[in-house]
Amino acid sequence: MASAGPVDVQDPGLLNSSGSAAGPPVGRPARREAPRLKRAAGDALASGLLTFFVLLPLVGFHATESGTGSLMLDYRFGLVGVFALVVTAGRLVLNLTVWRERGASRRVARVPPASVAEAEAVASPWPRLGAALSSLVKPAFFGIAIAYPLIAVTLVGGLGPSRYWIDLGIYILTYVMLGWGLNIVVGLAGLLDLGYVAFYAVGAYTFALLSTSVPINDFLAGHLGDDFWKAWSFWVCLPLSGLLAAFWGVILGFPVLRLRGDYLAIVTLAFGEIIRLVLINWVSLTNGGAGIASIPPITFFGMPFTSGEGGFAETFGLTYDSMHRMIFLYFVILGLAALTALVTVRLRKMPVGRAWEALREDEIACRSLGINTTLTKLTAFAIGAMFGGFAGAFFAVRVRFVSPESFTFMESAVILAIVVLGGMGSQMGVAAAAILLIGGMEMLRNLSFLKSAWLFGPDFDPTLYRMLIFGFAMVAVMVWRPRGLVANRMPTVFLKERKSVSGSLVKEGHG
Amino acid sequence: MEIFVQQLINGLTLGSIYGLIAIGYTMVFGIIGMVNFAHGDVFMVSAFTGLICILLLTTVLGMSSIFLILAITLVVAMIFTGLVSWTIERVAYRPLRGSFRLAPMISAIGMSIFLSNFVQVAQGPRNKPIPPMVTDVIVLMERDGYQVTLAYKQVIIMAVTAGLLVVFWWLVQKTSLGRAQRACEQDRKMAALLGVNVDRTISLTFVIGAALAAVAGVMYLMYYGVVNFADGFVPGVKAFTAAVLGGIGSLPGAVLGGLLIGLIETFWSAYFSIEYKDVAAFSILVVVLIFMPQGLLGRPEVEKV
Repeated sequence: MASAGPVDVQDPGLLNSSGSAAGPPVGRPARREAPRLKRAAGDALASGLLTFFVLLPLVGFHATESGTGSLMLDYRFGLVGVFALVVTAGRLVLNLTVWRERGASRRVARVPPASVAEAEAVASPWPRLGAALSSLVKPAFFGIAIAYPLIAVTLVGGLGPSRYWIDLGIYILTYVMLGWGLNIVVGLAGLLDLGYVAFYAVGAYTFALLSTSVPINDFLAGHLGDDFWKAWSFWVCLPLSGLLAAFWGVILGFPVLRLRGDYLAIVTLAFGEIIRLVLINWVSLTNGGAGIASIPPITFFGMPFTSGEGGFAETFGLTYDSMHRMIFLYFVILGLAALTALVTVRLRKMPVGRAWEALREDEIACRSLGINTTLTKLTAFAIGAMFGGFAGAFFAVRVRFVSPESFTFMESAVILAIVVLGGMGSQMGVAAAAILLIGGMEMLRNLSFLKSAWLFGPDFDPTLYRMLIFGFAMVAVMVWRPRGLVANRMPTVFLKERKSVSGSLVKEGHG
Repeated sequence: MEIFVQQLINGLTLGSIYGLIAIGYTMVFGIIGMVNFAHGDVFMVSAFTGLICILLLTTVLGMSSIFLILAITLVVAMIFTGLVSWTIERVAYRPLRGSFRLAPMISAIGMSIFLSNFVQVAQGPRNKPIPPMVTDVIVLMERDGYQVTLAYKQVIIMAVTAGLLVVFWWLVQKTSLGRAQRACEQDRKMAALLGVNVDRTISLTFVIGAALAAVAGVMYLMYYGVVNFADGFVPGVKAFTAAVLGGIGSLPGAVLGGLLIGLIETFWSAYFSIEYKDVAAFSILVVVLIFMPQGLLGRPEVEKV
């Protein structure tokens, strides 16, 4: 193999961000100091060269369309050189400073601590601090979430200009809710679900199809008045969407129960794609790729947000403003998200929630203790899917247009990234990750200063980089903080003392 | 009959490409028990590397011999894709060995997203076409104006695949590297105790898998004449389906599965509906995993405590 060449020359300590090959060999302390600089320099040089060659084909050359339609080559060797130099310098600095100490401390930490006390001493002080703060964090978070529209309106000055910020709040909360829903499946039950967006799609299409259905409208118009279905369709369809999504969760969950972690992930991914492809191709039902438009807007429990008679503004004696609807949407999604969180918190304290956590830790032990794993997995799938369905119905009523475009695998990956980054199982972590990722992604749009001529030039589009950053963040979190940014895997139930059975000492169970 | 033969040829060509990608999945799964989710995107990266190389050879160096261009492109794509895959394993997977079970999978998903978006940022979101390379065809049969043709590029794809499989088979069965690989597959800890450099063997497994994916990538580029940054996902899932169908961990199974998936896909498109061909492939994946998780040629897996 020609490509085996570079592998042979690398010394095992090359990329010693890895745990297994950290630092210079132990046992030769006397000779360590002198070659250390040399070793660090060699390592930095090797990584720089590696970076150069890895980036050379796709960054060094750029295939651009010429006027005639055939491709032309551009050259960007300077850019590759810059990347290589940055990596070299970065590794040199890190090798000489941070990784040296970390390598030493890691060797100590790798010996499993004998007792819980030692384990806690080795672990960072953050969890304890976090525990002290967490009683304050949750009410504060909820309070800010409730007051957010008021804050936004006050700070921006007026209802109209705050539209962008309210919209952003709705957008983020949708992902908070989706993250919490997926958290039940991935974080609590330990079942890696890559097709979560399927349930989101089921919810959205359920509402979209029912609310625009002419026969239902005609039938109800005859019995309950002409405007009944237009006014009430969301409130009638919301529970239906959740139920239908939960039903699909059971249908999709049932056959895959026997599968282990990564097989399960692939099968759920396949299910998600199948549902999307069916939505695209079943044109007579779903209108195919064109999607379903003119979905009726949300109403204040039957009261439309219109300027006319019987509208929300008139009934409450307000001057009409289209922002009323937005603010109401914000509170609806806040309520739905709060419901998700509340249900999850309560379920965690119930036998089924404890069974989920047990399942996550060790399926075989779980089964031998008499827990019905089939039922446990199915409830996790169904409840997670139900919240996905709620979120889907909300998405449809907010955008008032659904198409298969909105339910791609990338959407699943974004939700999964939120759960992973937040620390699987942690509610606050997931919320923080959603705010960070979705808000941060939105902020990328505003980084117009990067477009200035001396930085990246006017062609630079920061939004292109958002999925790139997502992917990188997923890898980085897995490598450096596999428990997520806010880790919470302490057992909910314990005898006498909180033993760190599920902490950093034990591998995760078989999903 | 004519349609059948034509679809058979097309299916085998497509199946060869899937089979080459599937080997990468099956080897990595065999040795470290992880689904290398980024493998499909490595395949896409290799197709782009091939595209750049072909452009460099034709427009800049002015080379005109098609076979020379193809040969050089294959070698270059194999080398660079191997390098990329080696780096990925080193950066994203090796630190996670011994971490909890889903960690490498999540890292691989992140890597897959990173790779496809990296190519999108670096090379742009549009389809990248190359001028048709090998256009000659052999007419095998002709009846009522319907010609059954065997294109030279299909011959090239099948021949290169077959040749590579022979080389690869020799590599796994007869060399010390292959022995080390099979030893790691059976029992990694024991292999390490007996002096096998496990980390290096795993790295080389990734490199070999990527090199075969690179061949598939260049063949894909030559066959379809166009490549896009999102082209890694669907072929990746289909190749994984092929690996599962053939029995994951089994090398002949991967090739067999690849050919079957290629045939099923082309026949499905020809006789049923072309819109649902991906649904067919994904459904096979689901059905096989549920009812026959050990695949056609795989060994049933026994879970030990």
